[in-house]
Amino acid sequence: MRLSSPNLTHNCLRIALFTLSLLLISLNAPLAQDAETAPDTAVVNTEPAADAAILAPLPAANVIAKDLPNDKGGAVLVSWELSPDDDGNGKVSGYLVQRSESKDGPFETAGNAVRGATKFTDNKTDDDKVYFYKVAAYFEYLDAADEKIRITSAATVTGPVQSSAQWFNMNRLYVLLFMLFVAGAIIFYIEKAKKGEEIYIRKIAGIDAVDEAVGRATEMGKKIFYIPGIQDMNDVQTIASIAILGRVAQMAAEYDTWLEVPVSKSMVLVTAREAMKEAYTKVGRPDALQDAQVHYLTDDQFGYAAAIDGMIVREKPATIFYMGAFFAESLILAETGNSVGAIQIAGTAMPAQLPFFVAACDYTLIGEELFAASAYLSREPRQLGSLKGQDMGKGLFILCIIVGVILATFDIWDMSVIFVSR
Amino acid sequence: MEMISIWIAAILTLGIFSFLYKDNPLYKACEALFVGVSAAYWAIVFYFDNIYKKFYEGAVTADEPDYFLWIGAILGLLFLTRLIPKIGWVSRWPMALIVGATAGLWMVGYFVSNAMNQIGSTISGIIVYDTATGFVAWGETFGSLVILVGVLSGLVYFFFSKEHKGVFGATAKVGTWFLMVTFGASFGYTVMSRMSLLIGRVDFLLGDWLGILR
Repeated sequence: MRLSSPNLTHNCLRIALFTLSLLLISLNAPLAQDAETAPDTAVVNTEPAADAAILAPLPAANVIAKDLPNDKGGAVLVSWELSPDDDGNGKVSGYLVQRSESKDGPFETAGNAVRGATKFTDNKTDDDKVYFYKVAAYFEYLDAADEKIRITSAATVTGPVQSSAQWFNMNRLYVLLFMLFVAGAIIFYIEKAKKGEEIYIRKIAGIDAVDEAVGRATEMGKKIFYIPGIQDMNDVQTIASIAILGRVAQMAAEYDTWLEVPVSKSMVLVTAREAMKEAYTKVGRPDALQDAQVHYLTDDQFGYAAAIDGMIVREKPATIFYMGAFFAESLILAETGNSVGAIQIAGTAMPAQLPFFVAACDYTLIGEELFAASAYLSREPRQLGSLKGQDMGKGLFILCIIVGVILATFDIWDMSVIFVSR
Repeated sequence: MEMISIWIAAILTLGIFSFLYKDNPLYKACEALFVGVSAAYWAIVFYFDNIYKKFYEGAVTADEPDYFLWIGAILGLLFLTRLIPKIGWVSRWPMALIVGATAGLWMVGYFVSNAMNQIGSTISGIIVYDTATGFVAWGETFGSLVILVGVLSGLVYFFFSKEHKGVFGATAKVGTWFLMVTFGASFGYTVMSRMSLLIGRVDFLLGDWLGILR
């Protein structure tokens, strides 16, 4: 890029003055005061204003303040064009964003933006108030006494602007569309299943083994332990676990096998008891259920693990289920169960714990298999239709990935923008 | 006093470690102590955090009481109806609310983070060029290809309504391999972090307790 000669002269002069001022600062030389040469200039740790005359960067241009779109209110987006001095030569340290409820001020600091930034979101606005903003580029340096000196450029006021909430986050429009597709597919296949159409579900070894595991405990005359994880009912894995517990409890009730469920959360205790009660009632044996079958241990993660380890080695259950959300206790539990020769079936969607269950258990339900288990075990048309509908969603995603990758490879269109949520 | 604390902690640590040999009375004592103390501790934490600080100070003694907290309090009380068999069924209401609200709240969150964002991250050009030279960066290109194949085959593995045979089955098999390799890497990484926990306890026993390590 060619510079016109007046610009060249101007820039050379500025660079010379900038270098000179740094030299003077390093020599700790006193600087002359001339406040008049620094219009609308704020100096932190008020230093001689001549500094401002020499070092004040050129201001940011075209400052615009507008309501932040697609939000719940309480935020204003301020944008600007970079100061001509913000060219990577260190003449601009950042931008000071100030706001006021009146055009004439007084202005308070809304925040700072780093050099090179062209926008700032003020997240602390009141939707009932009107604001004016101004943005100034600033240069910061340490003086001889190691005190930070900030010299700001001139700044023009922009506004008024008022923040407001939006009913719809249009950035998530594609999320809505994809969810509608998946939900539509689920409803469609549920209806089909209800009409008697057979829905094929592939074999899932871990779930097929549930029958075998309950039967084994019955034959051996030993207990079944069901561990629903250490999360509360506000975790979908725990909800899925309780749904599976209902199916396991039904089998245990049919075979008259003792099923014990030690829990670590009071809410899970209540829900598990309800699920067990329903299961035992369904097979006509409500009296066989005892409160002691579902019992609370402790909320503490390792206290819970220590207690279950003790129970496992003392009572030597024939079968242990680990279904739900697990953390560091997963291997402690599964290894102890393995040591007493119990048949173990685990299921979790915690990626970090799956390897431990795969290593120490006989069968492991990986991620989504945990959520599919309930449908698979129950064979209810409604749940099977739901599984099929979800598969249609996965099919759509596979198609999108293939098309998106092809478009991106040939540099036609970056399709990822519709998937990345903002 | 500090010495007593260290001795108690050391004995309890050894008591828990003794389980590695076999179940024994010391482990049983440590286990009972651990379970009892932690259950009591959490009961107090929940009481102060939720009932006292959140509800009592927020809805009863606050200058501007938050009356919405009463809804939570009433739902909490409904749980106690289980103690009265005749109206025990009422306790299902708060339970149903929690399960339903959880499913609803997480639906969008999971869909965005576990599906949409993952797909968005997978979609990129397979052929990656070196920005400096303009030539194909073979390493990065291979990496993007591995991610693409891993994601697609992984998704195929989690298809439940189609039999895994033929090309579909082979793709699912590739997905299984990707999962197992990932699990192996994760296993090694996590075991190393657990080792640091063990080192921490051994450091306590040999350093703080026995004073062998300085």
